[in-house]
Amino acid sequence: MFQRAFWALLSGLLFGAGLAVGGMTQTAKVLGFLDIGGMAKGVTSTAQSGLWDPSLAFVMGGALLVSLVAFALTPRKSKPWADGKFHLPKRNDIDGPLLAGGALFGVGWGLAGYCPGPALASLLSGSTDVFMFVAAMVAGMWLARRFNRLLGRANGANEQVG
Amino acid sequence: MHPYLQSLVGGVMIGLASWLLLASLGRVAGISGIAGGLLGPDAPSAEERGWRWAFILGLMVAGVLTMGWLGQSAITVPRSPWLLGAAGLLVGFGTVLGSGCTSGHGVCGLGRRSSRSLMATLVFMGLGMATVAIAKTLVA
Repeated sequence: MFQRAFWALLSGLLFGAGLAVGGMTQTAKVLGFLDIGGMAKGVTSTAQSGLWDPSLAFVMGGALLVSLVAFALTPRKSKPWADGKFHLPKRNDIDGPLLAGGALFGVGWGLAGYCPGPALASLLSGSTDVFMFVAAMVAGMWLARRFNRLLGRANGANEQVG
Repeated sequence: MHPYLQSLVGGVMIGLASWLLLASLGRVAGISGIAGGLLGPDAPSAEERGWRWAFILGLMVAGVLTMGWLGQSAITVPRSPWLLGAAGLLVGFGTVLGSGCTSGHGVCGLGRRSSRSLMATLVFMGLGMATVAIAKTLVA
């Protein structure tokens, strides 16, 4: 139990620091990336309003570079250091909830500039605005799990990839 | 350090964090999955909740410390509380319904070369971009 919590804590610390170093806790940089219309006016590295800020692409690129290697090199037949087995999603089908959920998430992301990680990583900054967002996000997650239940969809660990 | 290079370094840190969670617990480092798994029906066992809380605690503590160190403030594009509430609801509901967010689908899912995650990433990126474009024309 404590061994698992230790590794999760370490991973969370590195993840949270990476988000802030990458600039993803600043909603202006995220919204600046989503504002591809700004590309016509020019490119910025400091989230200058009206211009396109590609920073998010560098964050995702850096993260993907490592995760592609990580998933390719991790031997699935062996066991993780502190768990009996790997708990990886198995599904490959593209279904309605995947598309609808992605669409709703995209709209919310574009409205505020926060996805779940950066919102949680910013929560202790003491901003009541972040608190408002996170409280609504938690309520939305809870509602979706009830909704999944109503539809008879599993809420199991392998269903949720994050 | 150039801001783009700093973003790349931040991304590598996120990738290494995902690698660590995969190697140690055999899990995908998806924030909405880790957080959502603590909520509502089908709540997991105490053991399962422990590591999830530990991850979120680490995320929050390192987030606020690093933001303080870099002199960042939280919301750099102001939004009304109503809009933040609506956006939060959409993000929470959408990520759980769609089985993932930017980390679970975008970083880990693409890292696993999952077709579901590629599709989800294209959808939420596309809708995020469309939302920003529409909001821009409404404000202008």
